[in-house]
Amino acid sequence: MTDSSITANERSSADSREVESTDDTLLRIDDLRIDFATDHGWANVINGASFDVSESQIVGLVGESGSGKTVTSLSILGLIPFPPGRKSGGHIWYRGKDLTEMPMEALRHIRGNEISMIFQEPMTSLNPAFTIGDQIGESYRLHRGASKKAAMQRAAEVLDLVGIPNAGKRVRDYPHEFSGGMRQRAMIAMALVCDPKLLIADEPTTALDVTVQAQILELLAKIREETGTGIVFITHDLGVVAELCDKVVVMYAGEVVETAIGRDLFIEPKHPYTEGLLTAMPQLGERGEKLGSIPGRTPEPWAMPEGCRFNPRCRYAQAKCREKVIPLEDLGGGRASRCIRVHELELEGAR
Amino acid sequence: MTGHARVSEGSATGAPTQEGALVEVRDLNVTFRKRSLFQQTRSVRAVKDLSLQIGESETLGLVGESGSGKSTAGRAILKLVPAESGSVRVAGRDVYALNESQLRDARRDMQMVFQDPYSSLDPSATVGASIAEPMQVHEKLSKREARSRAAGLLDRVGLRESYLDRYPYEFSGGQRQRVAIARALAINPKFIVCDEAVSALDVSTQNQVINLLEELRGEYGLSYLFIAHDLALVRHISHRVAVMYLGHIVESGPAERVYSDPAHPYTQALLSAIPDASPYREKQERILLRGELPDPANPPSGCPFQTRCAYVMDICKESMPGKTPIDSGGDVACHLQTSGPELRGAPLGTLATTKPPSTALGAEK
Repeated sequence: MTDSSITANERSSADSREVESTDDTLLRIDDLRIDFATDHGWANVINGASFDVSESQIVGLVGESGSGKTVTSLSILGLIPFPPGRKSGGHIWYRGKDLTEMPMEALRHIRGNEISMIFQEPMTSLNPAFTIGDQIGESYRLHRGASKKAAMQRAAEVLDLVGIPNAGKRVRDYPHEFSGGMRQRAMIAMALVCDPKLLIADEPTTALDVTVQAQILELLAKIREETGTGIVFITHDLGVVAELCDKVVVMYAGEVVETAIGRDLFIEPKHPYTEGLLTAMPQLGERGEKLGSIPGRTPEPWAMPEGCRFNPRCRYAQAKCREKVIPLEDLGGGRASRCIRVHELELEGAR
Repeated sequence: MTGHARVSEGSATGAPTQEGALVEVRDLNVTFRKRSLFQQTRSVRAVKDLSLQIGESETLGLVGESGSGKSTAGRAILKLVPAESGSVRVAGRDVYALNESQLRDARRDMQMVFQDPYSSLDPSATVGASIAEPMQVHEKLSKREARSRAAGLLDRVGLRESYLDRYPYEFSGGQRQRVAIARALAINPKFIVCDEAVSALDVSTQNQVINLLEELRGEYGLSYLFIAHDLALVRHISHRVAVMYLGHIVESGPAERVYSDPAHPYTQALLSAIPDASPYREKQERILLRGELPDPANPPSGCPFQTRCAYVMDICKESMPGKTPIDSGGDVACHLQTSGPELRGAPLGTLATTKPPSTALGAEK
């Protein structure tokens, strides 16, 4: 092992001790199951997802499209419509209360107040007919009973916090007067206006250019530093996860297949799917070599394979992988894997 | 200016000689005008004095942020949007000097693959009909001949022949993009513009399509203009890379050189912004650009990057820098090469070690 990997391991074990010793868990998703009604009957899209988020912690939720990462995040705030969706098991604990059992009225009090969300598309999430300040201030007026004037002032404050120059004037602008990066900042400001304990960011930088993405990542890290907000960061970009997140949860076909702390995941993945994702990342240093890829595609929710859901695409699959449902095995140190062969395989990490 | 650049690029890369370049673009300008009844006509110069060459079976990567004009450049080269001035030669024909029927004929040599295959494929036509159409139009093939060739093409891009009678909605994103590639290949083009062709795909599917494009390039000797915002991907597929900012190519050169030794401050910042998942690579100091891309309708004076550049000097606000060849290949449009620290063909890295950006900035103030 190289020097850098040893230091990364040391750091991560320190991290994990911290996580275990403190009792500042904000959110605990426990064996969550969600189904959707389809033409093929009830299809299970989230199958026993479990992970938790502590104060000041940034948790990366990673997977390809169709892995269930967005559905998981929407379910936290009760944003899965019924029908077609339904919860068929599990809990989402937030500070001792189960969000999934909470009456709508109480949930509404938490939404946008203690837990808020940043969506991927700032263009479609902002109302073109209201000023930026109105929209940022709205939840402040709703949750804090602030006057219109105080809400506008607060809006300017958070807009300034997210780095919009001349925020006091810009609150009176309409969304079309903001550029893409500024709109995403406005969305973040909107999420921050009530000092949330937990922020859920669903691909907040996917539509942005790398230079703007770098600014937004810096901003989220700063917010965590200054306010102690816990962040669930949903993305398909492992590079972003490596830069920003303290903990990684990898999802595939509605299941958590691997969790890791710090850079462990990138040094030594513990699930063949993670290995596939890591080796598929184009590297900056080479040309001509074939890019790695995972054969096949994510299964449809109504046609999940028997046994391990990844087995048809897995290069290490054996007969035993197809026999029974594979549980998520705790490997200690904040690591877990849903691979039956985890102890015999030596998987390749990021280069 | 351009003659200068050609010599340096041709000599520094192992790529085919630039003399017999398949695609040769010179001083291309594209301006969009918005007329309104009572207001002054607003115009946006989306592409400014763009010159580039692409050799046979060579891939040129075109990178830049949204609004940099890279897609417009790709379209103007195929005359899908009209250029205001400049010339484009593809396979020996001057695209802008052709009349309509000649142009239609010339289009056989040049094709395009778009970002979203769902909107570029006719949803009411079967995949087979979509792929066969260009062959029937251009090569006057009979329906049956075209269909059998379409079947062969589907097979070549890794899809089953039985898919011929299916409709685009029945396919996944990656499969649809394969269909779009098959259609682009149908009339044996020499040059394909790939405009964000894999940006909408998941990483493993994206790689399959990239590998396919690479195979086809080797097999048919295709040349690509590969337009993308994913810098790592462009690095992987391109022989040479051109970096666009606000309509200008600010730097170009062999991919290895541009990525390892960027010569333009913008390229340097762009590369440092890429998130890196490797636990082994040394973490580089990130250059965080202030602000955002200026409004293309109201560009800054002088160098387009001067409003965000850490090394900005007085001269940058006054005049647009000319192209300076870089010793290790390609060229750059930056005043640092000829004024101030005078890099004289050296990449920017040499400056950063002797004079960090903060000092440069401090000295300016």
